[in-house]
Amino acid sequence: MKRIIGLILGLCIALSLTLFAGENPLNVFMILMRSAFGSMYDLGLTLSYTTPLIFCGLSVAVGFHAGLFNIGAEGQLTIAVVTAAAVGILFPNIPFPLAPMVAFAAALLAGGLWGWIAGWLRAYRGSHEVIITIMLNFIAAGLASWFTLQIIPNPNSQSPETAVVSPNYMFKDYDLIARRFPDTPANASLVFAIVFAIVMWIFLWKTPWGFALRAVGSNPEAAHRAGISGKRVQMLAMTIAGAMAGCVALSEVLGSTGQYRIGFSPDYGFIGIAVALLANNNPLGIIAAAFLMGALHKGASDLDLETATITRNFSQIIQALIILGVTAQGYWAWISKNKRRKN
Amino acid sequence: MPKSTQVSLLLGDQMMFKSILTNLLIMLISTFSFANTLKVGLVLDKGGKDDKSFNAAAYLGATKAQKDLKIDLKYVEATDTNAIENLHRSFARKNFDLVIGIGFAQKDAVQKVAAQFPKVKFAIVDGEINAANVRSLLFEEHEGSFLVGALAAMTSKTNSVGFVGGMDIPLIRRFAMGYVAGAKYINPKITTTENYVGVTGEAWNNPAKAKELALAQFAKGADVIYAGAGASNTGVFDAAEDKKKFAIGCDSNQNWIKPGVILTSMLKAVDVAVYDTIKETQEGKFTGGVSRFGLKNKGVDYTLDQYNEKLIPAETRKKLEDIKAKIIAGQIQVPDYYKKK
Repeated sequence: MKRIIGLILGLCIALSLTLFAGENPLNVFMILMRSAFGSMYDLGLTLSYTTPLIFCGLSVAVGFHAGLFNIGAEGQLTIAVVTAAAVGILFPNIPFPLAPMVAFAAALLAGGLWGWIAGWLRAYRGSHEVIITIMLNFIAAGLASWFTLQIIPNPNSQSPETAVVSPNYMFKDYDLIARRFPDTPANASLVFAIVFAIVMWIFLWKTPWGFALRAVGSNPEAAHRAGISGKRVQMLAMTIAGAMAGCVALSEVLGSTGQYRIGFSPDYGFIGIAVALLANNNPLGIIAAAFLMGALHKGASDLDLETATITRNFSQIIQALIILGVTAQGYWAWISKNKRRKN
Repeated sequence: MPKSTQVSLLLGDQMMFKSILTNLLIMLISTFSFANTLKVGLVLDKGGKDDKSFNAAAYLGATKAQKDLKIDLKYVEATDTNAIENLHRSFARKNFDLVIGIGFAQKDAVQKVAAQFPKVKFAIVDGEINAANVRSLLFEEHEGSFLVGALAAMTSKTNSVGFVGGMDIPLIRRFAMGYVAGAKYINPKITTTENYVGVTGEAWNNPAKAKELALAQFAKGADVIYAGAGASNTGVFDAAEDKKKFAIGCDSNQNWIKPGVILTSMLKAVDVAVYDTIKETQEGKFTGGVSRFGLKNKGVDYTLDQYNEKLIPAETRKKLEDIKAKIIAGQIQVPDYYKKK
């Protein structure tokens, strides 16, 4: 409940800022709502942003539960998406039901590997995961660009993108969600995202591995005394985080475009951090938080067209203030606790 | 009922009738004028409207149309690659009359969206699309580049000239090829170097890397560098200023950015093309198909203004005009990268 108040507070503050730009806050709010949910088309776009944000939110949240800050979701998803596209282009003859599974497995492996590198360096070399994952983002971007342009470029376009995977890799024909939202990239991977979020919740709270992971995250010393290997847990957490981010290949390559386009992501990996923070790392909350962020991202895209002074970058201001509003709840609790102690 | 109230009632009715009439009239006028205001959407490429080069030219043309022709103009900048199609579609869905895509990267998006909205008119710069409701605005960059290549060779004292391109794609290779051919036309033994800032969209907006490349070329002996890299061009200009050498601008007339350093600019009249397209659409004369802009119709050219007139001596100018006339007459065949393959 307190989170919702924080959310509304953040949104109100952000909207009232539009007064300074000479706009009517209510009007801006209506534009945001209409643009995010106004029609099946708008809703479809909102959902298509929601899907990768759920994956990235889960990725960041797993890291947080193990006491690790994964800023590398962007790199992990880049590597995974390129891998999925590469499998689709280099092995065009795999038959349908198998093909997307193979590509997806490859993407999970690639993303997982990219996360594991950071986890291993953290566990055995003591390098800080924030630095490592940030640097791995650049390496991933560089590798992906090289692979895209040198090995599997699109021969029919000057744009920096891979060729399109063969059609037996796409699950479009069986996609009930994509059919409901024509002309949008929304697709069945949304269902996968929600299922993964539920599985993640079960994993974290109902399995011994999840317990070990949270134990290391909340008190590594105690976990160590209890016989839990912190190193192994850190590697496991980062691998799962990488694989989760890698799932973006599902919504991007196999679900909609069928290719990797350099610069396709509007920083999903980084918005994923905001999603995880907003949901307090609760996998089920992440579904809602990702939907909110997706709606904001889509909603703001019409600000350019419908207001005179505000551009869509305004969504970042709203995002920031909402996160402040929500996370500030923790400070309120802390302040009131301190007061009680003094009394 | 007393008579006076009846009268006042009658009067009231009349007043109401009048006000309804005026309301109707106002509504009519407003819908009329609304229908008359042309709604134009402009989708800029990643460099953005402040790149002082390619996108800036498009933005200039559109804002000039806004001022002169009283159109309703909205512009957006593409932030991520997947957003381009959505931007075009949202303009079309909001019943814009004309949607203009700037840059080759928008070709696929325009093609797809234009097919779905046959009543909306589209224009695309640097991309060729064959559809009744799409006008493709193509420029003969190699011709203009040949001219500035010739000028570079005539100006160079070290017999070495360079080219710094933005993204390594056929479009920019076309600039380079024309430029090198122009330089060799003046001096067959001249040394030419070519470098590209990058292979992704970031290349258009990375002045630091462009400066490094330009400095390296200057160090190797070049003394004139042609920059064709969008917002990255400023890096080349900085390098030329530091080393007291010359640079050549591109797309917009960039002579004003650093007077005395920028020898000339290869003008690509995107602004004129955009303006004319808007104007013709407003006049109801929009036609689909390909419009080509070359030296012949001043779609590309070299620029001469108060910032660089001292840098180009009269005889050089004469020679340049001579070359220009020869290209237009077909006496000089400028190699075209697109036709090479």
